[in-house]
Amino acid sequence: MTETQAPVEAVGTARPTLLEARDLHVEFPSRGRRARAVDGVDLAIGEGEIVALVGESGCGKTTLARTLLGLERPSSGSVLYGGTALEYGSRALKAYRREVQLVLQDPMGSLNPRQTVYEAVAEGPRIHGLPGEQEVVASALSRAGLRPPERFFLRYPHELSGGQRQRVVIAGALALEPKVLIADEPVASLDASVRGEILALLLRLRDELGLSALVVTHDLGLAWNIADRVAVMYLGRIVESGPVEQVLTAPRHPYTQALLSVLPESPERVVLTGEPPDPTRIPGGCRFHARCQVLASGRAAEAGVDGRCRTEPLAVLPAVSTAQAACHYAAAVD
Amino acid sequence: MALLELDDVSVTYRIAAGEVPAVRGVSLTLDAGTALGVAGESGSGKSTLAMALLRLLPRDARVGGRILLDGEDVLAMKWGRLRAVRWAEASIVFQGAQHGLNPVQRIGDQIAEPLLVHGLARPDSARGRVAELLEQVGLPAWRARSYPHELSGGQRQRVMIAMALACSPRLIIADEPTTALDVMVQAQVLTLIKELLAEHGISLIMISHDLSVLADVCDRLAVMYAGRVVEHGPSREVFHDPKHPYSAALAAAFPTVGDPVSRLAPKGLGGDPPDPMDLPPGCSFHPRCPVALDECPTLDVELWPAGPERRAACVHVRPEKAEPAETTLEVS
Repeated sequence: MTETQAPVEAVGTARPTLLEARDLHVEFPSRGRRARAVDGVDLAIGEGEIVALVGESGCGKTTLARTLLGLERPSSGSVLYGGTALEYGSRALKAYRREVQLVLQDPMGSLNPRQTVYEAVAEGPRIHGLPGEQEVVASALSRAGLRPPERFFLRYPHELSGGQRQRVVIAGALALEPKVLIADEPVASLDASVRGEILALLLRLRDELGLSALVVTHDLGLAWNIADRVAVMYLGRIVESGPVEQVLTAPRHPYTQALLSVLPESPERVVLTGEPPDPTRIPGGCRFHARCQVLASGRAAEAGVDGRCRTEPLAVLPAVSTAQAACHYAAAVD
Repeated sequence: MALLELDDVSVTYRIAAGEVPAVRGVSLTLDAGTALGVAGESGSGKSTLAMALLRLLPRDARVGGRILLDGEDVLAMKWGRLRAVRWAEASIVFQGAQHGLNPVQRIGDQIAEPLLVHGLARPDSARGRVAELLEQVGLPAWRARSYPHELSGGQRQRVMIAMALACSPRLIIADEPTTALDVMVQAQVLTLIKELLAEHGISLIMISHDLSVLADVCDRLAVMYAGRVVEHGPSREVFHDPKHPYSAALAAAFPTVGDPVSRLAPKGLGGDPPDPMDLPPGCSFHPRCPVALDECPTLDVELWPAGPERRAACVHVRPEKAEPAETTLEVS
């Protein structure tokens, strides 16, 4: 069922789309109910583009990332790489994983403590039968900033610092010369001073190798530091997306506004009460309406959209690179 | 007056390979009703210092110096007195709320435990006090019957704070209280902590690697590196105008969204924190320092005055050096 389509040219940029989610839904059974972890997502990542996917725990961002990697199968919709729908046979997935690699958080958990750095990085190239293993490993380590690479070959994870371990994980991903990195909270478990170094490495890999990246994070500062574009996810949907400068300095969705307002330097805080609601009970109307500060303050009523906020669901945001928000109020006041 | 005074406090761990100096001569003062932030990365000694305050360290740790809580030396206290002081005068909120709670005990019983142990409530009257404490941290009273796994991370952290408040202590020590939490939940917990400080006049020592969070909650800030305080002063000033290059690196690690300087330019610090058993000579920060001078590897740095109520352990603020040198710190 290979369906080949011409890659969609993302609107407003010169970057052709490399990896795309199209009307993606991922559901899980959860205590007798269905959790709609990803509930209709269109998202495109361009060649050489860094996209940050931000949201709170439970919003579905990790499930979306895993589905883009082929680790979860969508309930409906599709993942397209280079315009071709992803197939789930083991040979097709193996070929796909050479192109799209995962970088996990917590390098202590993703490295085998009994494996040397060399063995850890050589694992991927061996599975894929790449020739010239030693050169492949050495070049991956040095691109990840571990130089001279030979000095690290025989070290064990416990002999390395947190930042060095995260570089080994990145080197393992780079060894297969992928086109896309998908990084889930790549610096969340690292010390503050090391964080910037790892982020700088991701930026450099993009500049030097033309790598694309999807960085999954709850940290808006990280998006500001390295991403070209940001997508904000809430309860299984992308509720706002666009160029980082635009979305993070002039957010239009009340949820993005609230997330930005609780950053330490922000002047006026909107602290939403409660935790993100349950993906097994997604509210009707706008899925954010029960926590929405714009609806609660009466501003939505003034704009005459409060009824629609409560009853009318919003359309899925299309995979374009221009700024957009899924909000009745934002649409009414613009 | 000072509620807590640390005078040349040191902590050394004795392990098979030798001695590990984790905290090396820290002197700090906390005034009653104020909040002090202690910043640093893993291995800086900040958590060891927090644990030392209530003598919660393992047996292989040797603590030196003096820790005066309300004028009384914690290190000289007899066991019975120390037990009375823990919870009742000073209590601690740990990071990672999932490990701080007993998974098979209802949270109401866990909150009541320090009250019963300290004779502040009888089993029949404890329930009312537990309800009151839950309400103070923004949880409904019926939550007392829940088990920890039925709560979210933010709610569990609120329970930990309720436990710390149970015996109405004058001092709370919070070790990374919001590290594992989402931004919105972190904001909720920080708002709660600030309200509790304002309403009850409690003093706080908060430990974190996130300078921006500390600057938000605390009046004063101490930055630790390799077991020593390398800078302290009013928190806003330390955060916005750091005098020590390490504080500058920590401050730059969490960018301000909207600041053009940090856009597509993440700031980090090369190198790694030093091995405490093999500390660099002179200023221990010099191998990673972007503004180190030739003399730094041999210089004995101390906390020199660096402005009103401020001190920094850096050659760039050394008195005889300070006037001509422009001490703008750019960390790339």
